[in-house]
Amino acid sequence: MRMIFSFIGRKVIRLLSLLFAISVITFILISHSPIDPIQAYIGADMMRVGPEQREKIAENWGLDEPPAEQFFRWGSSVLQGDLGTSMIYRRPVTEIIYEKFLHSLALMIIAWLLSGLIGFILGIAAAMKKDKWADRIIKWYCYTLAATPTFWMGLLLLMIFAVWLEWFPIGMGVPAGVLTENVTLADLISHIVLPALTLSIVGVANVALHTRQKLIDVLSSEYILFARARGEKGFTLIWRHGIRNISLPAITLHFAGFSELFGGAVLAEQVFSYPGLGQATVEAGLRGDVPLLLGLVIFSTLFVFAGNLLADLISFLVDPRMKERRPV
Amino acid sequence: MSTLEIHDLSISFTKYSKGLRQETTQVIHNLNVSINKGEIVAVVGSSGSGKSLLAHAILGILPGNASVKGRIVYDGQELTEQRKAELRGTEIVIVPQSVKFLDPLMKIGSQVQTSVRKGNAAVAQKKIFEKYKLKPLVEKLFPFQLSGGMARRVLLSMAVVSEANVVIADEPTPGLDADVIKEAEISFRELADNGSAVMLITHDIEFALKTADKIAVFYAGTTVEVAPVSDFSGKGENLRHPYTKALWRALPQNEFIPIKGSQPLANHLPKGCPFAPRCENATLDCLKEMPEEKMLRGGMVRCLYAT
Amino acid sequence: MISINKRQKTVVISTITTVILLAILVIGLLISNDRIVTNLDSRNLPPSLSHPFGTDWLGRDMLIRTLKGMSMSIGVGLIAAASSVMIAVSLGIMAATLGRVVDGIISWLVDLFLSVPHLVMLILISFVLGGGMKGVVIGLALTHWPSLTRVIRAEVMQLQCAEYVQTSRRLGKSQWFIAVKHTLPHLVPQFLVGLFLLFPHAILHEAAITFLGMGLSPHQPAIGIILSESMRYLSTGMWWLALFPGLCLLLVVRAFDLLGEVLRSFVDPYRANE
Repeated sequence: MRMIFSFIGRKVIRLLSLLFAISVITFILISHSPIDPIQAYIGADMMRVGPEQREKIAENWGLDEPPAEQFFRWGSSVLQGDLGTSMIYRRPVTEIIYEKFLHSLALMIIAWLLSGLIGFILGIAAAMKKDKWADRIIKWYCYTLAATPTFWMGLLLLMIFAVWLEWFPIGMGVPAGVLTENVTLADLISHIVLPALTLSIVGVANVALHTRQKLIDVLSSEYILFARARGEKGFTLIWRHGIRNISLPAITLHFAGFSELFGGAVLAEQVFSYPGLGQATVEAGLRGDVPLLLGLVIFSTLFVFAGNLLADLISFLVDPRMKERRPV
Repeated sequence: MSTLEIHDLSISFTKYSKGLRQETTQVIHNLNVSINKGEIVAVVGSSGSGKSLLAHAILGILPGNASVKGRIVYDGQELTEQRKAELRGTEIVIVPQSVKFLDPLMKIGSQVQTSVRKGNAAVAQKKIFEKYKLKPLVEKLFPFQLSGGMARRVLLSMAVVSEANVVIADEPTPGLDADVIKEAEISFRELADNGSAVMLITHDIEFALKTADKIAVFYAGTTVEVAPVSDFSGKGENLRHPYTKALWRALPQNEFIPIKGSQPLANHLPKGCPFAPRCENATLDCLKEMPEEKMLRGGMVRCLYAT
Repeated sequence: MISINKRQKTVVISTITTVILLAILVIGLLISNDRIVTNLDSRNLPPSLSHPFGTDWLGRDMLIRTLKGMSMSIGVGLIAAASSVMIAVSLGIMAATLGRVVDGIISWLVDLFLSVPHLVMLILISFVLGGGMKGVVIGLALTHWPSLTRVIRAEVMQLQCAEYVQTSRRLGKSQWFIAVKHTLPHLVPQFLVGLFLLFPHAILHEAAITFLGMGLSPHQPAIGIILSESMRYLSTGMWWLALFPGLCLLLVVRAFDLLGEVLRSFVDPYRANE
């Protein structure tokens, strides 16, 4: 138990150092940005805003202070869990992130599970038929997927299933013009299918290729040779010594892929106008919502970290070799 | 009739070398050896000379790019690939070199249990652990947690628990201390006394001499001599092949004279006798072609001038 | 004989691929922007012989727009990937040769860049630089080096331990001599392989960030722009606006992958034999 705590402790310290660095760097970068947050905030009405009003807004947001002071003010409120107020939504950043994250989470969980499962199965199939036509097709498919722009895949699905077949709505997380209380589960599902499918399809390649390589390595290992020498064969052999041994690295890899997942979600959400974190990131960037952008950078870092931590933790807990050696 | 007979076994591999060209390498050629019930035969040769492939060929677990020629006869019947698949693990078993041959993520107990062919696996496993003085705790361990001696006993127990007729041990003594080697000698003798035919594939000639009944000397892909252990005595006068004699004399307790030169590699074999380039008595005839096998004084030899 | 044919096949395929890629690049550069004319008589035409990729809502020929956009994307991708490889090579060599402190700092930097989702990092940098061509190129260059840095660091460390380098050192050769005579020749192929490894990522990210509206400006012909514009017309059934430009992007990325693989097989023949 103590080992796990020290393990997690080390990870958290590392996370804190990275988070601090990211906050500082991001803040410095943004304060040197040529984009004027006030102009971005007011937009087209800029002509009608007088210099006094401008100053008032600047004072209100603390934009007139030197950057170091601004950072300390921002940093100390972040430590208290306050990420400031979003300029475009005019609501606390934490509230927006929480709300959008729930949407994105549903999307990402579905895609993560589907791509993991399909990728794993494809990888096993390819490895078992190494250099046969099935393997060639799967490999070709994966390399092609890896070269496919996520958003283009989204556009294709949109064209086929929403425009042409009319099975699904064209966009928006909820039907337009319907009150939140009246949104049914069916509505939610019909809006999540296409973006989730896009993300799953694109996410398959990595897991499949990795699983294939690992299983090929295992199948040429000495312990598989010995197992065959003991008369084991066919599916029992693959199951008992192959799949059991490759599932751990595959799960670890899949957890470590949270960064790609988040990036994919940004694109898929944009294509399907799905109101999640990704869309919020794009909007914050496009419209110069600095507090929201900062909050999202920090949140996405936490998200990636969580994936890596889970990956490490699982292999730490499950793989006997990671634990203390205890010869008898 | 021998339990296992190997006639003119040749194994070659096809692989891609530089520039995507195919190349065929013959690793074992025209190898002959046979083992009787209750007998221990040691195939002795230097490390890395492809001896393990002999074991893999008998079990039919060579990689796909290998091609095998010659005959292997088990119990009077030729071993086809299909029959090998049926017999491996039940009547013919292998004792591998090291724990690397065990599944790293599977507990020792379950791995030993997969080798049991008759009756209750758990009971059989517990019984064999008791016999080999393995604590019940070992069941729950993973391969990387075993010490060298424990690993040896576990690997052997897997062969014994399957109650096979032929046991092939591939390098049973790498880097083990004297006590463990002594233990291994006793275990193999016990196996033979219980009616198994045992083949030891090893580079450790001292271990082979202490354990085996017959020694087959493996040189550059073939057996150059098969001799009863009793012939290894004195200055090696009873031995038939110059390589065997040199090997015997090279032992520290004898004259401790190293053999000059080194074994030719599998893809650079000389046309004639493979030992000719290093042999003091070699003549021009030796370079012409590989000497035929001769039966001589109850043993076999491949040398034109053996007497 | 079969094996020799295999090699010839590889050479032929990679030559054809290179020619096609160069052709796209050159054609795109040669076509002047005047060719992308608004022609209101031939608006919204589906693909036909005179317009293989169809036309858009302003009657512009989609094939010409796609070619122009592709050459722009290849150019941006190459510049960005080359800069990233340079960063990776410099940092990798520094990490491997300048001692533990520098190594620690560089691997921390690598971790830092890998800890934020790639696309979010790109959005951030592009935002800070005010978008546009500059923002995209700098953003891409600054975000693609981390994994390659690790590879190069390991490679150089291995070289440092190699026997002939040790011998050279014991013979009193200078660091500079070792760097130029031993390290550099090994890194040139690494540099090329790295370029081909990073390019597909760079070009896909360029298209993605442009698609999101934070990359190249809407006035420039770019695949990302074409595809994001097509979104507005998809519901009217103008499928060709999105299908062909995206497919071209996919093919170009695959072509680079292919060339990268061939190159790797020359640099590291053993692995290629598998």
